[in-house]
Amino acid sequence: MRKFVLNYLVPRIAQYILVIFLGVTLTFIIPRLSPNDPVERQVSQLMMSGSHVSPEAIIAMREALTEMYGLSGSVWEQYLAFWGRLLRGDLGPSLSSFPTPVIQLLATAMPWTFGLLIPAILISWIVGNVLGAIAGYYENNRAIQIVDILSQAIRPIPYYIVALVMLAVFAYWIPIFPFSGAYPPGTRVEFSWSFAWTVLRHSILPLLSLILLGVGGWFVGMKSLTSNIISEDYVVYAEVTGLPKKRILSQYIIPNAMLPQITGLALQLGLIFSGALIMEVVFGYPGMGTLTFQAVMANDYTLIMGITLLSIIGVATAVLILDLIYPLFDPRVRHQ
Amino acid sequence: MLAVFRDLLRYDGRFRVASLFLMLTLLLAALAWFSPYPPTRTFMTPQDLPPSLEHPFGTNSRGQDLLWWMAFAVRNSLILGVITAVVSRLIAIFVGLVSGYRGGFIDRALMSANDSFVVLPVLPILVLLSFLLQGQLSLVTLALLLGLFGWPWDARLIRAQVLSLKERAFTRTAVYSGTPPLLLTLREHLPFVLPVVFATTINNMLWSIGMEVTLSVLGLSDVTVPTIGTTIFWANQHQALVAGVWWWLAAPILVAVVLFLGLYLLFSSVNEFIDPRTRLRRIGA
Repeated sequence: MRKFVLNYLVPRIAQYILVIFLGVTLTFIIPRLSPNDPVERQVSQLMMSGSHVSPEAIIAMREALTEMYGLSGSVWEQYLAFWGRLLRGDLGPSLSSFPTPVIQLLATAMPWTFGLLIPAILISWIVGNVLGAIAGYYENNRAIQIVDILSQAIRPIPYYIVALVMLAVFAYWIPIFPFSGAYPPGTRVEFSWSFAWTVLRHSILPLLSLILLGVGGWFVGMKSLTSNIISEDYVVYAEVTGLPKKRILSQYIIPNAMLPQITGLALQLGLIFSGALIMEVVFGYPGMGTLTFQAVMANDYTLIMGITLLSIIGVATAVLILDLIYPLFDPRVRHQ
Repeated sequence: MLAVFRDLLRYDGRFRVASLFLMLTLLLAALAWFSPYPPTRTFMTPQDLPPSLEHPFGTNSRGQDLLWWMAFAVRNSLILGVITAVVSRLIAIFVGLVSGYRGGFIDRALMSANDSFVVLPVLPILVLLSFLLQGQLSLVTLALLLGLFGWPWDARLIRAQVLSLKERAFTRTAVYSGTPPLLLTLREHLPFVLPVVFATTINNMLWSIGMEVTLSVLGLSDVTVPTIGTTIFWANQHQALVAGVWWWLAAPILVAVVLFLGLYLLFSSVNEFIDPRTRLRRIGA
């Protein structure tokens, strides 16, 4: 047990802290390297809006903004203050919907993103792995070969293009699914069957598009892992003893081939924030991606900073959690 | 090299399709040098003409012939892919070789930096960056930035290869005959690693060109430069689908599908060619 903690847990937690340190430091440095000063931009934006502002007011505003962006004091002081605010969970007020705190905007958007992306990622992972294992084991099956070709043909295409084509076909050309949003505008968000049904109906197209693109990668990976494993001695032995093929696949091959795929799943969960961006913009889904897009359009600097920080911490945490439960699947790690 | 090419053409259907698709893409990209006007000029042709013999891809609402525009777009997207690939390959090869060969503390330090980069979410960081640069993010800068983020997967792959090469007899022979470490890794190990580097290069290009599409569609790159992504951006700006100018979107989608399928098929064909196990199974050994 002591050895397990020292050799497995400690390095992983150290890695977690390193990633967060690196990510947060990067997010701190990037804006300071940029030639554009957010304070000046904000001030000039206000002056361009045409309202008359006295020079004194501008100086006062400049000071207030410098304070709010955490740009006062030496770089080192700024850096420590940056960490201090982050650890207190204070991401500042959003500039575009002042004075709503950034953290509150994120909290409203997050359930939509997670509710759609976690099922999408899990379904793609399961479907891709099961089909991939079947494809690796029954190499000459016609049906599975067709699945192979199809999934590989869609896989390399950028998500945006797949989503756009699906939207054009299933919402515009053959309108069986709603065009955009998570629910029709004007609907009250509540817990009722009819509302749940509406939300579900709106989520089918984005969900399908994510799964369609997600399955391919897992499929290829699992197929090659399986075809490496089927020549292992224990599989050959199981075949010689005359065990049914289905049982060999489900109890001998899949549990062993699956291990690298679990690590992959951790990284995939981490990509939630990137995956959400395009999907939500295309389908007008009210989650983190749309929030990011709106923040960019509205020049909302604090909101973008908040999203970047949150995604770094979120991704690292997802990876850590999966690393921590990984020994449950792999007895070799438990008994080192 | 030529013999390998010939064999792949003869025996691998995927390689044949990939070559055809990539030829078409390169041909289109080469057309950029014959364009009658630079891509920044607008209203050179009648607006919104559907595809015809005279304008194979149609014309857009900004009065540009989509064939010429797409030629520039593909050329620029490919340039971006190549720059990113070169930068990230250099880092990956360096980190992979050093980490694998030196081992010990250097290996652990490099690999934990490596793993941190694997986990860092690139897209939000790029969004923050391009937001701060406000459209000043040129194609080359974007390519360099992507290069800085695109190496960790491949570095790990190269390191794994070097770890096994290190145990082989020829490495020991080289060490005992006094070859300095730098020369040894460059002369003895690098050639073994290059096929993997080539395969991952293609994959890296798929990734970087796709990233560019994502950023440009959101209007976060320099939208005056034609790329596959900025074409879609302009089509969306002019609401091409609503206006019925579907060919404005069809052109980049078609070109992207051909380019991406071509690269991907090439990647999987080469990958299989490199891995002797799959090759042996194919010929039934």
